[in-house]
Amino acid sequence: MTEAEIYSGLSARFGEKLLSFQDEETSNPAAMVEAGAVAEIMTYLKGSEDLAFDQLMCLSGYDAGPELKLGVIYHLYSTSLDHYFTIKTEVDRESPEIPSVAALWATADWHEREVYDMYGVSFKNHPDLKRILLEDDWEGFPLRKDYVAAETYRGMKIAKEK
Amino acid sequence: MARLHAEEMILNMGPQHPSTHGVLRLKLRTDGEIVSHIEPVIGYLHRCFEKHAENLEYQMVTPFTDRCDYLAAMNNAHAYAIAVEKMMGIELPERVEYLRVIFAEFQRIASHLVAIGTFGLDVGAITPFIYCFRERELILDLFEMVSGARLLYNYIWVGGLAHDVPPGFVEKSYEFLDMFDTRIAEYNRILTGNKIFIERTADVGVLPADVGVNAGVTGPSLRGSGIALDLRKLQPYSIYDRFDFEVPVGTGMMGTTGDCWDRYWVRMLEMAESAKIIRQALDQLPVDGDVKSAIPKRIRPPKGEIYFRYENPRGELGYYIVSDGKNIPVRVKMRSPAFCNLSVINEIGQGWMISDVIAILGSLDIVLGEIDR
Repeated sequence: MTEAEIYSGLSARFGEKLLSFQDEETSNPAAMVEAGAVAEIMTYLKGSEDLAFDQLMCLSGYDAGPELKLGVIYHLYSTSLDHYFTIKTEVDRESPEIPSVAALWATADWHEREVYDMYGVSFKNHPDLKRILLEDDWEGFPLRKDYVAAETYRGMKIAKEK
Repeated sequence: MARLHAEEMILNMGPQHPSTHGVLRLKLRTDGEIVSHIEPVIGYLHRCFEKHAENLEYQMVTPFTDRCDYLAAMNNAHAYAIAVEKMMGIELPERVEYLRVIFAEFQRIASHLVAIGTFGLDVGAITPFIYCFRERELILDLFEMVSGARLLYNYIWVGGLAHDVPPGFVEKSYEFLDMFDTRIAEYNRILTGNKIFIERTADVGVLPADVGVNAGVTGPSLRGSGIALDLRKLQPYSIYDRFDFEVPVGTGMMGTTGDCWDRYWVRMLEMAESAKIIRQALDQLPVDGDVKSAIPKRIRPPKGEIYFRYENPRGELGYYIVSDGKNIPVRVKMRSPAFCNLSVINEIGQGWMISDVIAILGSLDIVLGEIDR
């Protein structure tokens, strides 16, 4: 199925939980969904027989800008039906929370930890949400656009960005 | 009689350990010598690749991609270059496409040689490692000839190549290929059918296909489980649709489908397929064409984003790049294959002895540089 067909099927089913469909020439087509409904929509995408998205290729965070929201983007692929779909969701910077999809795809476990590590997005119902690449006592979330590194870490000087 | 006090023990393997293929720490929970839980602790080699990429111009990111997976630098740069070219809609000269495929496949062979050699080393076979490195050196000689470097090339640029190949390169490549077939037979004699090697790897660490797909395992590690998922065939990028090659999969020849031996064997067969692709590419290589003609003066992809997936020696390498129309990317995310492949180790390593965990880890062929980025 094409992305547009999948989207129309989804919007018939989930209605207002789907916010918009982005289909610009320069981007992969993506559906923007409500953060709270992520797990529900993903369960359907994986479980439905005509969709059968058994692989979560990539899960990455992004920061639209220091004044804007934090986002998470999910790139899905179905190995049996050979089609793609992209889901996006955005949350507030102050209390970013998204339901975890680690129970659906084991890939999401570490990827969600990485997004938490870099953006501070917390994933509800994640089995073990903690930092993955940085030290547990690191301060701040480095890939946020408004991140300012501390001066020192455990007595060691942190090099300033130029 | 007083009972012996017995309980589970936490054992740290690494971060400094020759069998962890880099700076990786595995927290093993052991019951005697049986491992009941494995928790990989990663991040020791984190170099802020994604943060750096947000502060550099597009072409300045290429050397960083080399350093992520230092055993497959050509492939990493190739994937990044294709992703940016797709965003900008750049058409490449034929000669560039062919040369890139030649380097990508040479790099795949070189990377698999390290995987096979160190895998043998992990389970106690020291000699094959020396054999594999002998041939890898020859490939690195070819890379040195074209780029001046042996490990980190910065050779594949967005829109082209840093230089054309020097005279004699094509002949030397043919020479290597002619010799390489006989060398594969040598590895098979010394390692593949070796009884001790089979005992150590067959039936060990079986990865069922559905578990692999669910955990995002890709590349030879997944194909060992019998799934012919190869992006070069599935979604041919560059000019891979022009070549005739097979996608080898594991069949459980020595034990169960998806065991360590199968993962090893898929890599072995893939090297021969890569050699086949290189030979075809060399045969068809156009003589004319300026490898720098399509390099843009300014790299400013239009506003938008892309997720591009590429078959790296370890599996699906993905780049998620967001552009806002300026010369510096807003976001560069690298979906690294070894990151996902490693995450499955607890699933397939439970219940095995500590020495088997080393074999399983070796069979997954991880590179910490791209796991930690």
